[in-house]
Amino acid sequence: MGIKNRRLDYDAITGIVEAGSRVLDLGCGNGELMLLLEKKKKARIQGIELDEKAIYECVEKGLSVFHSDIDSGLSEYPDKSFDYVILNQSMQQVKKADFVLNEAMRVGKKVIVGFPNFASLKARFMLFFRGKAPITQSLPYHWYDTPNLRFLSISDFKGYCASKGIKILKSYYLGRRFAVRFWPNLLAMDAVFVITV
Amino acid sequence: MKGKNLGIIKTQYFTFAEHPHEVRLESGKSLGPITLAYETYGELNDDRSNAILVEHALSGDAHAAGFHEGDKDPGWWDSMVGPGKALDTEKYFVICSNVIGGCKGSTGPSSINPKTGKPYGPDFPIITIADMVKAQKYLIDHLGIKKLLCVIGGSMGGMQALQWVASYPDSIRSAVPIATALKHSPQQIAFGEVGRQAVMADPDWNKGNYYGLQKPEKGLAVARMIGHITYMSDKSMEEKFSRRLKGKNYSFEFTADFEVEGYLRYRGDSFVKRFDANSYLYVTKAMDYCDLSGDKLIPKTKHVHLRFLVVSFKSDWLYPSYQSQDIVRQLKIRGQDATYCEIKSTYGHDAFLLEIDEETHLIKHFLRKTLQGAGDQ
Repeated sequence: MGIKNRRLDYDAITGIVEAGSRVLDLGCGNGELMLLLEKKKKARIQGIELDEKAIYECVEKGLSVFHSDIDSGLSEYPDKSFDYVILNQSMQQVKKADFVLNEAMRVGKKVIVGFPNFASLKARFMLFFRGKAPITQSLPYHWYDTPNLRFLSISDFKGYCASKGIKILKSYYLGRRFAVRFWPNLLAMDAVFVITV
Repeated sequence: MKGKNLGIIKTQYFTFAEHPHEVRLESGKSLGPITLAYETYGELNDDRSNAILVEHALSGDAHAAGFHEGDKDPGWWDSMVGPGKALDTEKYFVICSNVIGGCKGSTGPSSINPKTGKPYGPDFPIITIADMVKAQKYLIDHLGIKKLLCVIGGSMGGMQALQWVASYPDSIRSAVPIATALKHSPQQIAFGEVGRQAVMADPDWNKGNYYGLQKPEKGLAVARMIGHITYMSDKSMEEKFSRRLKGKNYSFEFTADFEVEGYLRYRGDSFVKRFDANSYLYVTKAMDYCDLSGDKLIPKTKHVHLRFLVVSFKSDWLYPSYQSQDIVRQLKIRGQDATYCEIKSTYGHDAFLLEIDEETHLIKHFLRKTLQGAGDQ
């Protein structure tokens, strides 16, 4: 999750969301993306975040945020109560990814999922030639301090969607500075998908 | 008025519900006339859109901030209310009133019953949180405020803030319930009942007729001691007292050997000097009756759009975080704009009076945004 990559995924997501949409950002962090969507897209947006410090930063930005663990579900939200539910760089950190994705697709008409690609060339290189767990711009952590609980590739996610009957409406493959056009599972550092059931 | 001080503050009084306009209470009984003791800080702006109502907890009063003439200690929330503070009196007009049923200047069981010329005592009608808020609405109307920018309070104060949402949603823009619940759980009712039994078991209570006689000080002190245990956490008690002794050795008598015993005795003894035992019964009963669960907070038929900041504290086992999460869940179901934060604190329930930096950060920004929204409309 290097700074430059974060900008690209924010750009992609800001481009996806239509003006005035109702949006729920799961694992919203310090609210940077929410603020962008509120300012640029006049989105009616709220977030859920586990980290207390991040909550303060969201409140400072004037954003509405619920201090909670997204693993515990979204039972208080009625079906399809949001135009978009965002899981950007948070899906790989939840304990029950399948459950959280299902909940996201229940409460949101569309779900935006962004995650680091574990099968990027650099990650493969580190694992294959150096025999080390990959540390890249999009996977910047050591094995002992990573918040990531699961490691998946773009192919893994596509396979998951196919097996569950989830429709992929749009896909964005992001390199360090530019979008990736060819062999995304090899060349992309991050991916952003728009999915729906 | 720069500097971090409000200076000398005077309590004011507002009397209403004179005969034959008595207020009908939730129990069906009537009460009147009613006096509310209240204080205000800061200035009401021209369009009267900057008023914040602060709600006090069980043993609190109208004196939230500043100093009373000759007093050493400021009001109970002086760390939060004043120039430049979370409730910035350079921006907001802050009001705090003593609840009915209390004993700090508002009408309660120790007030004179105009029909008999003697204190009400046990003849004072049972009041509820909704009745307290109803009385506050008279005060807000009297002050010429149509819409409060915010109602805010911790513990029982939070219950009142939520009651404002249920009773007068069109008269507020936002609410900040802190360390509170939609309803008392059996555990909370149980602690309430033990406190009341301690008071009523004191022979000096005399079925509530003790004014002018020996007051039930022992019973009320025990009730307060129990209360203080529930306001702390295991960890905060360990940090504050551990097993430290007041003297050098055990006394091998039933005196207060441990610091924690001395602390509770001191707290109990000082409480009876400033609080009326009957008020303790009435106000704790009001808290136990409170139930805004389910549809009662915001009925399905009611269209309201309010802003909320809900705050809880991790080590608070008297009003555990799950109760605050229940509030937020209810608000989300009803489509309200709600922010929730669980502050990591070791102080237990007392944290709402102690975790000033965290609360200030949250509340300051929340109010700024709410005021912006008020200007847009």
